[in-house]
Amino acid sequence: MAEMRPYKKFVPRIDEESRGYWEALVRHELYFQRCRECGKKRFYPRAVCPNCLSSNTEWVRASGRGTVYSFTVTHQNQAPGFREELPYVLGIVELGEGVRIMTNIVGCAPEQVRIGMPVEVTFEDCTPEITLPKFRPA
Amino acid sequence: MSVWGKTAVVGAWEHPTRFAPHMTPFQIHAESARGALADAGLTIHDVDGFFTSGVGPIGIMSLAQHLNLRPSYLDAQSIGGSSFVSHCLHAAAAIAAGLCSVALVTYGATAASERFAIGTGGAFASEPPDNFEAPFGPTIVGSYALVAQRHMHEYGTTSEQLAEIAVTIRRHAGLNPNAKYREPITVEDVLASRMISSPLHLLDCCMISDGGGALVLASLERARDSRNKAVVILGGAEAVRHLEAGERDLLDVAARQSGPLAFQRAGVRHADIDMCMVYDSYTITVLTTLEGLGFCKPGEGGAFCAGGRIGLGGALPINTDGGGLSSNHPGMRGIFLVIEATRQLRGEAGPAQVPDAKLACVHGTGGMLGQRHSGVTLILGRA
Repeated sequence: MAEMRPYKKFVPRIDEESRGYWEALVRHELYFQRCRECGKKRFYPRAVCPNCLSSNTEWVRASGRGTVYSFTVTHQNQAPGFREELPYVLGIVELGEGVRIMTNIVGCAPEQVRIGMPVEVTFEDCTPEITLPKFRPA
Repeated sequence: MSVWGKTAVVGAWEHPTRFAPHMTPFQIHAESARGALADAGLTIHDVDGFFTSGVGPIGIMSLAQHLNLRPSYLDAQSIGGSSFVSHCLHAAAAIAAGLCSVALVTYGATAASERFAIGTGGAFASEPPDNFEAPFGPTIVGSYALVAQRHMHEYGTTSEQLAEIAVTIRRHAGLNPNAKYREPITVEDVLASRMISSPLHLLDCCMISDGGGALVLASLERARDSRNKAVVILGGAEAVRHLEAGERDLLDVAARQSGPLAFQRAGVRHADIDMCMVYDSYTITVLTTLEGLGFCKPGEGGAFCAGGRIGLGGALPINTDGGGLSSNHPGMRGIFLVIEATRQLRGEAGPAQVPDAKLACVHGTGGMLGQRHSGVTLILGRA
């Protein structure tokens, strides 16, 4: 476990629909869900399939590789934690498995980020319960 | 039962204030109600349908108390800045169905004097999807910027093309004595303004002001007794877009659903539209809305907005009041879209008048374009 500095950013709330997702992230594993009835993949995690309303769900481990689907270099955000890190890159990454997730692109200068750029997951330990999936150039 | 062509905007009033530290939001609601009812030639005792938004989860009851209203129809639609456009759609249905006869829609906010940094103040995080977005710092500007970046990638849209939208709308604001920003700007000014969230610069973003307004809607029969030219709701539709199950096409905006449906319901063609009021929270909002409504094809928005087409004197003048980019934006601008379209169709838009405007298209966008947003389209016409 990495050394924890005081964490000032928004801390996600773990609920019963998403607990498995957050617990896996603490182990540095990224998962999405797939419906066992209709086969539809989904992100973010939720208890009921929005395609067929089945509760029969399986967790699928993501390869952690994907490409940048879109991004923005944020130069202004007054929210605590973020204002100290400007500029930062907000992005949407399309995982190799096809689902898109919001994230930060890290590990390179913001001006180097491009749509379509190959990226891989990197895990940021924020609190003892919360680890966030971020992405860096692959 | 058809809803269309039976309900009219009979009263419309925009509060002139842009900065009101001496006023409460409810006061702006009340003064706006007074203005719109006087414009309609009606009194508050005629109101039996009440519509508002932006007042807190059950705030419509507090506001009803503030105005001492006892309506038999209530609608506190809460889909962001487009809520007031949606109110007009819902009022048309309610009046056509006989659920109410005089609908009052009010708005008031003091975002500027409260120094509320709407676009860059951090995410509103309280519902399940927020847990998977807010940790990464999406601002409202950033959410729209994600769409702009993707649009540039897929279609080669440029910052200059987006800037031209802001320049055109600023030119219109120069004709509006109440507009907050009236000095002309150039494409170079927009590009030189500081980057807020790439590719959106400061001047790609709407302002934060105080303000408010109100509308009164009634049946067309009742409207014919009014001293004003009636502005009729000929068609309308609403839609929502979100991140789905993680496969959202960011360029698939709500206007793509609500626009064609509204045109179909009104039975009018795009070429018949004399002017358009589109929610200009950001320049990219205008571009994707005009594409979504069908005024041009997806990807053609940048070229469509260039060359003066969307300016007064062009083929499709938009936001003739100066929009949220230059006139006012207290946080939820939808009501001003309907107010300005009403002025235009009555022939009361002064130096910004579109000659002989008969048909207007209004489209409100609410929420965060790159996450969850609503779109509401109305087609308005002279009776």
